[in-house]
Amino acid sequence: MFPAKIWREFPQRYRLEAAKCKKCGKVFFPPRLVCNACSHREFEEIKLPWEGTLVSYTIIRTPPSAFSDQAPYAVGIIETIPGLQITCQIVDADLDKLHIGQKLLLEFRLIQKDGKQGVLCYGYKAVPIDAHNS
Amino acid sequence: MAGIVGYGSYIPRYRIKVEEIAKVWGTDAESYKKGLMLQEKSVPAPDQDVITMSVEAARRALSRAQIHPQKIGAVYVGSESHPYAVKPSGTVVAEAIGATPEVHCADFEFACKAGTEAMFVAYGLVCSGKIQYGLAIAADTSQGAPGDALEFSAAAGAAAYILGTENVAVEIEDTYSFCTDTPDFWRREYQHYPEHGGRFTGEPAYFHHTLSSAQGIMKRSGTKPEDFKYAIFHQPNGKFPMLAAQKLGFKREQWEDGRLSPTLGNTYSGASPMGLSAVLDKAAPGDLILLVSFGSGAGSDGFILRTTDRIKDIQGKAPKTKQQLDCAKRYLDYGTYAKFRGKILKAD
Repeated sequence: MFPAKIWREFPQRYRLEAAKCKKCGKVFFPPRLVCNACSHREFEEIKLPWEGTLVSYTIIRTPPSAFSDQAPYAVGIIETIPGLQITCQIVDADLDKLHIGQKLLLEFRLIQKDGKQGVLCYGYKAVPIDAHNS
Repeated sequence: MAGIVGYGSYIPRYRIKVEEIAKVWGTDAESYKKGLMLQEKSVPAPDQDVITMSVEAARRALSRAQIHPQKIGAVYVGSESHPYAVKPSGTVVAEAIGATPEVHCADFEFACKAGTEAMFVAYGLVCSGKIQYGLAIAADTSQGAPGDALEFSAAAGAAAYILGTENVAVEIEDTYSFCTDTPDFWRREYQHYPEHGGRFTGEPAYFHHTLSSAQGIMKRSGTKPEDFKYAIFHQPNGKFPMLAAQKLGFKREQWEDGRLSPTLGNTYSGASPMGLSAVLDKAAPGDLILLVSFGSGAGSDGFILRTTDRIKDIQGKAPKTKQQLDCAKRYLDYGTYAKFRGKILKAD
């Protein structure tokens, strides 16, 4: 991981900053320079909520090498606002109890380490909503 | 008067019981359960560290403070398990909560009192008028070597406090600090696990400093144990804070709500600040609170706090500490715990 690459993604990974088209209202995450719905180039910065609904998910059993210690683990598609979906890991959950339509919270977590000496990459992951955090 | 505007805590879901650790090392679980009053402890998930727990606790403190993060003029993180040796935890926290770039940022270290150090300094800056709000965080993913007595208590958690002078929910009436050179517990450069002086960590270290700090601040402020509704002490286990409270003349109903260690473990820098968060979750307006931290090396910070009417307005705006401690726990066996804590590694 080149530090500059993850540094550019901090607004999205750390604060869920999205861009809302000032002309048609379409929301982009991550932001775009040009709206693909109306070709407008001006956007308003908005922050997505740190919660959403599970739209779909899969269980990863043969992970990439950086995630080999974590298998099996869940990756889900989560709708945070109507029509806008993000993809992230689902943690602190029983994999056999995940279900589409489940409400999830997003938490700040370590996403991956660049080896033993490299930079630490942080961002969002989803956790179940229960008596622990509601 | 300056004080706490918002507070928040974070406890991981994972736990390991004392029996599970004792089973592996052939030690007597009952001696830890009865002798040190430890039942179980929190364990961070592999993707949790001081930075991630600090961010979550800080976001909860912001929910209660209801201020814009750009008004925070200082972010201080006290811990002895900062993920980076060189690069402040506070920079990530400040960036994640949206407090950058006009913010003073520093990491604090003083064994288990690094968190109250952060509170002490942020409070001073707020009182001086140099900053409008200061964020002080106490967090640790505590280290304990496999088989060492510390492994039965070393736990994980965080508490965050936003200090300011407007809309104060808890006024800070006085502060006090007591410090000497006492080598009771240390970790040398490049070492993964701390060393300690066994029983030397008790009387000359924990008790001397904790009692002196409590007595010093009560003498200076003209208060007595019976004046306080709650008293919170550093809690390396379940027994030490109870004995400290009893030696000072506090009754069980005064210290019980702030002693989380029997089921949380020792969250090092987070220990007494997390006890304070549990007390604030249930405190009523006008309650007088004594907070006494302890950090090996050694020193102790004392705070006298009094809740205002606003405490009732903010208690329900974020998850409470006891609910995180008691609900939706996920128990680990020793093997999984060892993997989570990096005590066993997969071959490259």
